[in-house]
Amino acid sequence: MNWTAAIPEIFLALSGLAILMLGVFVRREPTFLCSMLAVGALLLTAVLVLGGSDGAAYGGQFVVDPFSSFVKLLVLAAAALALVLSLDYNRREGLARLEYPVLMLFATLGMLVMASASNLMTLYLGLELQSLAIYVLAAFARDTLRSSEAGLKYFVLGALASGLLLYGISLVYGFTGGVGFAGMAQALADPVHASPGLIAGIVFIVAGLAFKISAVPFHMWTPDVYEGAPSPVTAFLATAPKVAAMALLLRVMVTPFGHLLGSWQLLIELVSIASMVLGALAAIGQTNIKRLMAYSSIGHMGYALIGLACGTPEGIRGVLVYLVIYVFMNAGTFACIIAMRRRGLAVEKIADLGGLGRSDPGLALAMAVFMFSMAGIPPMSGFFGKLYVFLPAVQSGLWTLAVIGVLTSVVGAYYYLRVVKVMYFDPGVEELDAPPASLSVLATGTALFTTLFFVFPGPFIGAAQAAARVLFG
Amino acid sequence: MIYAVAVFAPLFGSLVAGLSGRLIGDRAAQAVTILCMILAAICGSTAFVQLVFQGGSPGTVALGTWLDVGQFQAPWALRYDTLSAVMVAMVTFVATLIHIYSVGYMGHEKNPVSRFFSYLSLFTFAMLMLVTADNLLQLFFGWEGVGLASYLLIGYWFDKPSACAAAIKAFVVNRIGDLFFAVGIALVFFLFGSIEFSAIFAAIGQHQNAIYHVLGADFRAYEVIGVLLFLGAMGKSAQLGLHVWLPDAMEGPTPVSALIHAATMVTAGVFLMARMSPLLDYAPGALAFITVIGGSTALFAATIGCAQNDIKRVIAYSTCSQLGYMFVAAGVGAYQVSIFHLITHAFFKALLFLGAGSVIHAMSDEQDMRRMGGIWRKIPATYALMWVGSLALAGIFPFAGYFSKDAILEAAYASGSAVGLYGWVCGMLAAFLTAFYSWRLLIMTFHGAPRADHHVMEHVHESPPVMILPLVVLAIGALVAGFALKGLFIGPDWAAFWAGSIANAPDNHVLAAMEELPVWVGFAPLVVGLAGIGTAYLFYMVDPEIPVRLAARFGGVYRLLLNKWYFDEFYDWLIVRPYFALARLLWQVGDATLIDGMPNGAAALAADGSRRIVKLQTGSIAVYAFSMLIGLVVLVSVFLLFR
Repeated sequence: MNWTAAIPEIFLALSGLAILMLGVFVRREPTFLCSMLAVGALLLTAVLVLGGSDGAAYGGQFVVDPFSSFVKLLVLAAAALALVLSLDYNRREGLARLEYPVLMLFATLGMLVMASASNLMTLYLGLELQSLAIYVLAAFARDTLRSSEAGLKYFVLGALASGLLLYGISLVYGFTGGVGFAGMAQALADPVHASPGLIAGIVFIVAGLAFKISAVPFHMWTPDVYEGAPSPVTAFLATAPKVAAMALLLRVMVTPFGHLLGSWQLLIELVSIASMVLGALAAIGQTNIKRLMAYSSIGHMGYALIGLACGTPEGIRGVLVYLVIYVFMNAGTFACIIAMRRRGLAVEKIADLGGLGRSDPGLALAMAVFMFSMAGIPPMSGFFGKLYVFLPAVQSGLWTLAVIGVLTSVVGAYYYLRVVKVMYFDPGVEELDAPPASLSVLATGTALFTTLFFVFPGPFIGAAQAAARVLFG
Repeated sequence: MIYAVAVFAPLFGSLVAGLSGRLIGDRAAQAVTILCMILAAICGSTAFVQLVFQGGSPGTVALGTWLDVGQFQAPWALRYDTLSAVMVAMVTFVATLIHIYSVGYMGHEKNPVSRFFSYLSLFTFAMLMLVTADNLLQLFFGWEGVGLASYLLIGYWFDKPSACAAAIKAFVVNRIGDLFFAVGIALVFFLFGSIEFSAIFAAIGQHQNAIYHVLGADFRAYEVIGVLLFLGAMGKSAQLGLHVWLPDAMEGPTPVSALIHAATMVTAGVFLMARMSPLLDYAPGALAFITVIGGSTALFAATIGCAQNDIKRVIAYSTCSQLGYMFVAAGVGAYQVSIFHLITHAFFKALLFLGAGSVIHAMSDEQDMRRMGGIWRKIPATYALMWVGSLALAGIFPFAGYFSKDAILEAAYASGSAVGLYGWVCGMLAAFLTAFYSWRLLIMTFHGAPRADHHVMEHVHESPPVMILPLVVLAIGALVAGFALKGLFIGPDWAAFWAGSIANAPDNHVLAAMEELPVWVGFAPLVVGLAGIGTAYLFYMVDPEIPVRLAARFGGVYRLLLNKWYFDEFYDWLIVRPYFALARLLWQVGDATLIDGMPNGAAALAADGSRRIVKLQTGSIAVYAFSMLIGLVVLVSVFLLFR
């Protein structure tokens, strides 16, 4: 048994436990120390992921390959960014409790397991580990009504989604006689064997995973939870779990069900179109910037799904590149959102950004960069994200998807650019507080990444290419 | 080189006056532009004298590269040959006089006039670029430059709606001609692979039989090019059909009318014909077309001139008519004669316009001849100068017009062709009418009982010397230019004078044939001219009731002439109104409704969709879970149905 394949996960689990123990025993205020240790643990795990060797372990339930490594690194980066985002916020909001970094670590652990899952049971294990931690995180500001409500909503609906997923797994098991991806792929090599029951099972599995990436019609929780949860948690929720769940969806659809592409392509197309359209339309009327970001993420997942609908290595590569760009762009946006404070109190209305262009040109510029990028305006990275999913769609003949994608981008540009307009052209109500150093640094870094991505896209594209090719054997 | 100085000094003056006119003040701006013009006139005349009398060699002055794209090259270069040198000398000379005259004429302006002088100099520069161009594109540059300056100057009094309308009209009508000209240039490049004159003229022999397929028919390439270039010239030179802008252009200050609409810009078309003579001489069809249009214009404009009451409009139509003469000459292959008339016409027409300006100045800006009369004793100098100009225009010996107009009519008769004869007949009739309306103008303006009110009459005064002196110089020109230049331009040694800058085909002997005509042909224009003067004297001096009775008897004809053959109304009905209707349709239906409507509608749709979707977001967990399940059912159904 090749247990060494899981060393990064084992290390992360032990780190989480150790930090928990340490936090209990340290006499001083332990949160900052624990957060820093957690960040360190995430970075060390990343190093271990980089140093690991490919292979399967635990009887084929766990696999390490370029795809899983790619996803894990991205998840770890997203988690580390989210953790840094929370430092200042949690202290000011009285949320500085040591459970926070620990829960983040366990959630991240669940995502790593998801990335390596090559078996429906491993898949479920990772997903639930991740979800349970995040349910708690969403309700972390337990004294505020909205946060508790967000946690509860996410939990109840998440339970429903888990039920659907489990039901789907049982159906698929029943019709294929296995839960390992490799075995299922063999059993389904001939599409003729796809019985209605199996197909229903696949839809249920897709539904369970679509819930996690908040794709339409399983998106309803997103705006409420994004708005209610503490902002750093929202930032985390918008990045790492999306990456992990999307990666899982990619692997499940392409590896065991790859031969049924002709059957599930339409399904993914419908979900993708619905997500793009709803993300674009519903965001127009929003006044709360976190709700806006919720719809924005729904739309972005719709765009990413275009790549999956292609079912080609180029399409999958497009999804992975999109996720990389999405994570940094989103982390930066949330850094700006978390920095929105007036006289010490967090504000989150779009109108509160009025006059930011004059009062804090640096922050406004960073925010403008992210908004332009989200709208997909070259040379910002967001443009290339879209380019790399639209191109394979056109090559695969999925014109409908590409055209709708472009049209909804136009609608999306309206509300993204409205934020820029508010910052630069609307009169300021009252100046916002100066952002703390951690957020400034993070916003600057991600803004640079977003702006300069077009200069050095090579390594990302290459890694994504290698990762995508693995799924197709 | 002095030649380049002659061309670019006006540009310098224009830039100084235009860019820093407010800074340095009107006086300084006027001084700068006039000094630059005097310098240009001296250099231009010197260049002409050097070339013609001192054995200077023609050539080009290379200035740099303009366009160099693949096969297509357009350099900046000044062509230095007799034709260009003659034009440069004439343009700089007349323009200088008009600059000086303008100091007096614009003296009563309330606003700073540095802008006016800047435009005048800019115009002069553009005209010089046109006549010195070494290739068709540079010529087109100058062509458009004079168009622009003309627009600016006609609309100089921008607070007068009629002036703005006239400026726009001039610009638009010219653009119609320009379009044909531009197509012609493109076809030249298509055929010859070059737009440089030297290259085109060298290759004339090779493409004689080239054919263009146009609208399903075959045409000789030279004919097509010739007609297109002439259509361009028609716009600029106000020939029948595209003449409508010229009378309206009288809205500009009078010096502008003199400079642009008499002496220089409108002659650009004639110059183009002469410049392209090596090619045109091989396009007999195009030449016939030119002759017919030219002859018709000469007669047509002269008839209108007889019924107009605005002093400047009469002269404007006379310009139109005289340009027609020049095209007749070009059309029968006597390009030298057309340039001869161009030069003499520049003198006496500038004289007439500036004289009219002097009258208008004296009459407190009154332009209607019906409210003039009885002022010849008060402004004797202007009166005498107007006589000189009119005598020259009517072609009375020994004034300049006698020689050049005679030569044109002789050339038309000598050509022997049917269209030539048509041109001759039109020209003879027009000569009668020209003399008639010239004396009608003189008598109505200066003689008879005063018809202006006594305030105006009390203020009638002779113009200041700064205005009279240029007139005197022009009068001398109008007097001597004819017999002084005839020997050079169309005398026995014309071939040596033009030195190949105007080329005639080997079988073009029209200039030689002019020498062998019956004697009566030479005298006929003088006779009809005198007859015209006599008729006018009878009508307006002896018995002023005759024209009134005639107008009553032949009311239809009179109204036709008074309303300029209803050309404006016809264009208004045929083009302007339908165009406006179409534009309004495209604007209100096409743009405001459809083009704006689609994005507006899409935006409204998006906003509406947004409201509906947001309404679904009730916050109730039950609704959320229910919608998930509905979504699941839909997806399963779709999946099962379409797998």
